[in-house]
Amino acid sequence: MITRKVRKWEKLPGKNTFCCDGRVMMARQKGVFYLTLFLIVGTCSLFFAFECPYLAVHLSPTIPVFAIVLFLFVLAMLLRTSFSDPGVLPRALQEEATFIEMEIEAANGNVPAGQRPPPRIRNVQINNQIVKLKYCYTCKIFRPPRASHCSICDNCVDRFDHHCPWVGNCVGKRNYRYFYLFTLSLSLLTIYIFTFDIVHVLVCFFTLWSVVGLTGFHTYLLSLNQTTNEDIKGSWSGKNRVQNPYSHKNIIKNCCEVLCGPTYPSVLDRRGLTQEDSPVPVASAAPSSSSSSSSPVPQTTKTKAPLIPNKRTPDDAKPSIAASAQKSPSPKEENPPAPKAPPLASPEMDVETSINKDKTH
Amino acid sequence: MATEFHNLQELRHSASLANKVFVQRDYSEGTTCKFQTKFPSELESRIERTLFEDTVKTLNNYYAEAEKIGGQSYLEGCLACATAYLIFLCMETRYEKVLKKIAKYIQEQNEKVYAPRGLLITDPIERGMRVIEISIYEDRGSSGSSSGSSSVSGSTAR
Repeated sequence: MITRKVRKWEKLPGKNTFCCDGRVMMARQKGVFYLTLFLIVGTCSLFFAFECPYLAVHLSPTIPVFAIVLFLFVLAMLLRTSFSDPGVLPRALQEEATFIEMEIEAANGNVPAGQRPPPRIRNVQINNQIVKLKYCYTCKIFRPPRASHCSICDNCVDRFDHHCPWVGNCVGKRNYRYFYLFTLSLSLLTIYIFTFDIVHVLVCFFTLWSVVGLTGFHTYLLSLNQTTNEDIKGSWSGKNRVQNPYSHKNIIKNCCEVLCGPTYPSVLDRRGLTQEDSPVPVASAAPSSSSSSSSPVPQTTKTKAPLIPNKRTPDDAKPSIAASAQKSPSPKEENPPAPKAPPLASPEMDVETSINKDKTH
Repeated sequence: MATEFHNLQELRHSASLANKVFVQRDYSEGTTCKFQTKFPSELESRIERTLFEDTVKTLNNYYAEAEKIGGQSYLEGCLACATAYLIFLCMETRYEKVLKKIAKYIQEQNEKVYAPRGLLITDPIERGMRVIEISIYEDRGSSGSSSGSSSVSGSTAR
């Protein structure tokens, strides 16, 4: 007769499932356990993929390293809790069950027919306290103190804590410490991830707040038609100071002026051509500057000589320059007296300047 | 009158199981593993009270040693926790070491004390550490030595 070697787990009563030839022991319902695994692995993967590069670069590379260590510890504790025997008490074999029943009958005495037999209780004294041990009808044993029968797994478990669906197993004497370390380390991991997410969020928040704050400040200035410089100096604020003369006293008008006003041209003519060594006479510059003050047409084709008198200026031109500077806000018709002999050295005069010259002469 | 058996194998093959006695746990000191030293009445004619009590007391001492909470257990626990309990893949726990010692002791006791008296102690670990099972055997044959020797030869041939 060929007898196959059978391992004891194959013959165990109860509703457990076994894997790896009896090395792994779990409850029958494992769906929630897979969910737990998925949640932990999923969240941590997202953290490692998206947050850790930022944290490693901007803060420190030890942060993701510690997170990985903690994550591996959490997984180890979870698997240990889920896969280990919680402290299952094996059921009594036939002889032991009979022996116990005989003891119970001896203790209870003869029960008259029709009466319910008294509950099977055994009293023991533990540290001067009476503890009642209950009889388990399924396992046919008196349960040790702190043991309880799990209906989901159909086993008596020593120091039974609870049946945890998240872990897919009972939590009892043998795996309670792994269960506790699992919850503790998972708490630390979630707090750790949360903290560093918050750090990232705070950094973004402060950046955001700075930019938003700045925008808000300039919106305020815009509505009052003020400049930052004026605001800092307090030019228009305060009782003894003048009110802002540039403000239209209307928020919308102020905003419109700045945002929807005309586009002002650049007066630099950066890309205009110039001769390297030839000096530009200032006398010719005087009428051109006066004409430019009277007519705001942009003269983009020629260089503009400065209004500052230089050493080439003839002496009689100087007072005329000063006179022309004083008279610049005066009405357009008035032309300042032209200097006596202004040689027009620069040939690139436009039509208007020559017309003005004709007028003065 | 004591039936004599020369070895355990002889006991198992030639004797029939008459009865089993179950020595219960003693919970007076809490949930630590300890067995009652109360002498069962069924063994009165089979073994001396002192021998039985010695066996149970030694076993209780072994279990107390295994379950002792002190320096060594803390060290073992902390070291294991630091390695995420992976160290147990290569290292034997203290409890497992003591259980091996207990198994050896029970084997020795069976050979020296109990088998010659037609008794057999089962290791409590095989009964979920709930009871010490003591099997009481009765001699099958009418005369002790002749049937004993023939059954010995029979058993060795098998």
